[in-house]
Amino acid sequence: MLATIPLLFILAGLALYTVLGGADFGAGLWQLSAGRGPRARAIRDHAHHSMAPVWEANHVWLIFALTVGWTAYPVVIGAVASTSTIPLSIAGLGIIARGIAYALQSATDVPHERRVIDAVFGLSSMLTPYMLGSALGAIASGRVPVGNAAGNLVTSWLNPTSILCGALAVAVGAFLAAVYLAADARRLGLGELQRAFRSRALAAGVLAGLLAVAGLIVVHHDAERIYRGLTSGWGLAAVIVSALAGLMTLALVWGNRFQLARGGAALAVAAILAGWAAAQRPIVLPGLTLHQAAAPNDTLVALIIAVLVGGLILAPSLGLLFRLVLAGGLDPTDQPDVPVTQASARHTKSSGRLAQTAIGCLLVGVVLLTLADPGAAHVVGVIALLTAAVLGFAAVAPDQTALDDAPKR
Amino acid sequence: MVMIAADAVPGLTAVQQSYLLQARQMQALSFMVHIPLVCFGIAFPAFILFVEWRYLRTGDELFKTLARRWTKVLVTLFAAGVVTGTILSFEMTLLWPAFTSTFGSVFGLGFAIEGFSFFLEAIFIGIYVYGWDRLSPRLHFLSGVPIAVAGVLGSLMVITVNGWMNHPQGFTLVDGKVTDAHPFQALFANSYFWHELVHMYLAGYMVTGFLVAGCYAIGRLRGRWGRYERIALAVPLTAAAVASPLQVLVGDWAARDVAINQPIKLAALEGLGPTTRGAPEHLLGWYTNGHVEYGIGIPRLLSLLAFHNIDATVRGLNSFPADDQPPVNVVRIAFQTMVGIGSLLALLAVIFLLVRWRRGRLPTTVWFYRALALAGPASIVALIAGWVTTEVGRQPWVVYKVMRTDQAVTGASGIPVSYGLLALAYLVLLIALFWALRRLAKAALPLSDPSPPIDPLIADERALE
Ligand code: HDD
Ligand code: HEM
Ligand code: HEM
Repeated sequence: MLATIPLLFILAGLALYTVLGGADFGAGLWQLSAGRGPRARAIRDHAHHSMAPVWEANHVWLIFALTVGWTAYPVVIGAVASTSTIPLSIAGLGIIARGIAYALQSATDVPHERRVIDAVFGLSSMLTPYMLGSALGAIASGRVPVGNAAGNLVTSWLNPTSILCGALAVAVGAFLAAVYLAADARRLGLGELQRAFRSRALAAGVLAGLLAVAGLIVVHHDAERIYRGLTSGWGLAAVIVSALAGLMTLALVWGNRFQLARGGAALAVAAILAGWAAAQRPIVLPGLTLHQAAAPNDTLVALIIAVLVGGLILAPSLGLLFRLVLAGGLDPTDQPDVPVTQASARHTKSSGRLAQTAIGCLLVGVVLLTLADPGAAHVVGVIALLTAAVLGFAAVAPDQTALDDAPKR
Repeated sequence: MVMIAADAVPGLTAVQQSYLLQARQMQALSFMVHIPLVCFGIAFPAFILFVEWRYLRTGDELFKTLARRWTKVLVTLFAAGVVTGTILSFEMTLLWPAFTSTFGSVFGLGFAIEGFSFFLEAIFIGIYVYGWDRLSPRLHFLSGVPIAVAGVLGSLMVITVNGWMNHPQGFTLVDGKVTDAHPFQALFANSYFWHELVHMYLAGYMVTGFLVAGCYAIGRLRGRWGRYERIALAVPLTAAAVASPLQVLVGDWAARDVAINQPIKLAALEGLGPTTRGAPEHLLGWYTNGHVEYGIGIPRLLSLLAFHNIDATVRGLNSFPADDQPPVNVVRIAFQTMVGIGSLLALLAVIFLLVRWRRGRLPTTVWFYRALALAGPASIVALIAGWVTTEVGRQPWVVYKVMRTDQAVTGASGIPVSYGLLALAYLVLLIALFWALRRLAKAALPLSDPSPPIDPLIADERALE
């Protein structure tokens, strides 16, 4: 029991990463395929603005899944990373490229520069989810044995299941992104963009559905165990839920009910991941059960506590962010910076008292940290020094000091 | 259900890796790109919040404009920090899978908690940055506070892990497998990480403060010196100036902790061959054959500094097996670079503080501003040199006295290829970052985004006002 709880965290993290982060990847893809001209430009800008406030937060889910993974099932992570080193390294490079392009997108508006940047962004937005998906495919098809790079470095990701998982990851991202962007366009009252993304959502949704069906055929030949898992018991239930949710989402998109469609799309993705986990049970890697892979109990307990406590802080914060975003509270505005005046200096009170106290704290700190040896003295000494720093800063009063200097010219 | 006896659980074993050196360099390269960026995550939010707070208190629009413009710089650097940090997380498993799979259960918790601080940081950066004109001023200010807190929490967590690697505890190892792990104890009951945390935290303020102030110092040298620029220079400069003298004291504390816990590292820092009673300290010079050549020796100083006793005995490198010793000159030169730069920066800070105290204004000599322009890059050099001291000084161990780096490395081939690609990607990243920041700096002052491409002349004209 204890050993499975972290797995649930990881699956939740992966599902959220697919649903939120995947949509970011998809948005990049739509930027790439927008073409040229003012309309294309509107599509690109819209995609950029919609994801700007949430981009970073969405991607922490990957870090979350990874760190929980190496704490709770270290052997699995080590084996996967060393065997799937090629797709994961490429995904890493893709993440760098995306980060570069993203930072630049906010920095420039020159059309020909933007075209290059958007192209890099779009390409890396396809590459990264594809590679991450194909690494999952390697696990699903049993191509990652336990050990340090014990599997085949090439066929572990160039195989039918991996290719399929990669393609599915890209398609799902494209679908999710189109749904979200259509919803955003509707909220902003951009009718034409809404229609553009609606048709994209329908196309990508159908494609993702076809890939999912093709996927069943592929695993039937390539990953027999998973196929059996997906066609019986909990695995089958999950597949059915996912299929229904997918169809429902398409219908909602058709009817322009985008907000609801977001939920449906998320459900379809989460169900597929759950189905995979159910099908894979109880073996994670060939010959290794989840229980054998799990860290000692103390670690699991500590991890579960940490995640639950962290979740208590995280949930309201995330809630706030998404509430603001969905309510348009973080949409771009065109408000200019306020002109800077060269107002005259306002003189302040003397900061002599503060300075004296700061020097006093400094002396205490030196005695306790530098001259004394016991650990307790060091603790007080460090606190004294940091206090001296804060008081010193206040004594200098940089904003006031700067007023005093006459302009050079 | 497949049954396997519990004691037969397979694990990852050490392998032959002919590109260990490249793997180490890859790790080092990634750190060198990430760590300067995260300094901004540690200190910049505090600067921005201070300025915004002045705006709330005085209503002076100048502060608001300054805070907004700095925010744009922060987002750009933060995006780069996120990317490089993600690469580091990948590398932990891609380069050192045997390390992660053996000790993940012990140190992993630190990174898992760090994940939550990343969440907080990323969430509130989104709110803060895009909420400038949307939230009420007070609420907007408050939404910045978690960013500053998360910057501290994030570095705290990584450093507990690093502290653990340097001073491992809290687990039982049987046949190379961890059978019993107490992660809270391993990470937080460890006395070793405190000096690292305080030292790194101050370093964050120094690097950010000197770099930001340095930009405006260059501006001043070129004649840009309005009220806006003066305040933009004074705030980060003051923060760096109060941190710099303290950094020397904290560094001395760090050295004493190293002396107690990692005698090999201390001996390497100082280039001490034979075990010596009343050991001297050598400045500069080159270590060969168990002693420092061409160095300036100061008798008994090392014993005094390390153990507070001029007659204390300091263990030398000769008392350790040769293959337990780190590359002495790398560590020693890095250490001396850090200390040298740290002392100079502390001097610069004291000059500034004295001028402020006696004259009540900013320094006026051109030399001060020239020095300030150099202080930023110099503090980055000190920062990296410090990490080289810590990490290379710990070699050949990845977990001090428990696991060697060559036991931790991946068995996968192709390290040189990924190393080359990664180096290229970082190069592009740095160029792009530099370019993006130049763009932001060139935006003429009273305008705002989304601005048309700014003619550099406008900026220059402003400068002539
Ligand atoms: C702006 C950067 C900076 C400056 C000016 C200094 N340091 Fe430093 N130093 C670092 C930045 C740094 C660091 C943040 O890079 C390290 C790496 C690991 C750590 O905890 O801090 C470090 C490590 C480090 C260590 C090794 C600690 C260990 O291995 O655990 C010692 C002994 C010192 N420092 C000593 C000093 C002294 C005596 C300085 C006096 C001038 C000094 N440092 C200035
Ligand atoms: C946890 C897994 C880690 C491993 C396996 C690891 C290992 C290494 C290795 C092998 C090097 C290269 C040393 C050399 O070139 O001689 C290195 C360098 C470095 N490490 Fe670590 N380290 C780890 C964690 C950390 C952490 C948590 C930090 C910081 C908090 C850190 C900071 C650095 C830095 C700054 C360098 C660069 C030193 C250089 O220039 O060589 N490391 N690390
Ligand atoms: C093995 C070592 C490290 C790993 C795996 C790592 C991982 C990461 C990751 C994944 C991020 C992105 C966070 C996000 O998505 O919001 C990040 C950012 C950050 N890291 Fe690291 N990191 C390491 C070393 C360090 C060190 C040595 C420090 C400093 C002491 C540090 C402090 C930070 C901070 C403050 C941020 C916030 C982002 C920013 O302001 O740029 N990390 N790190």
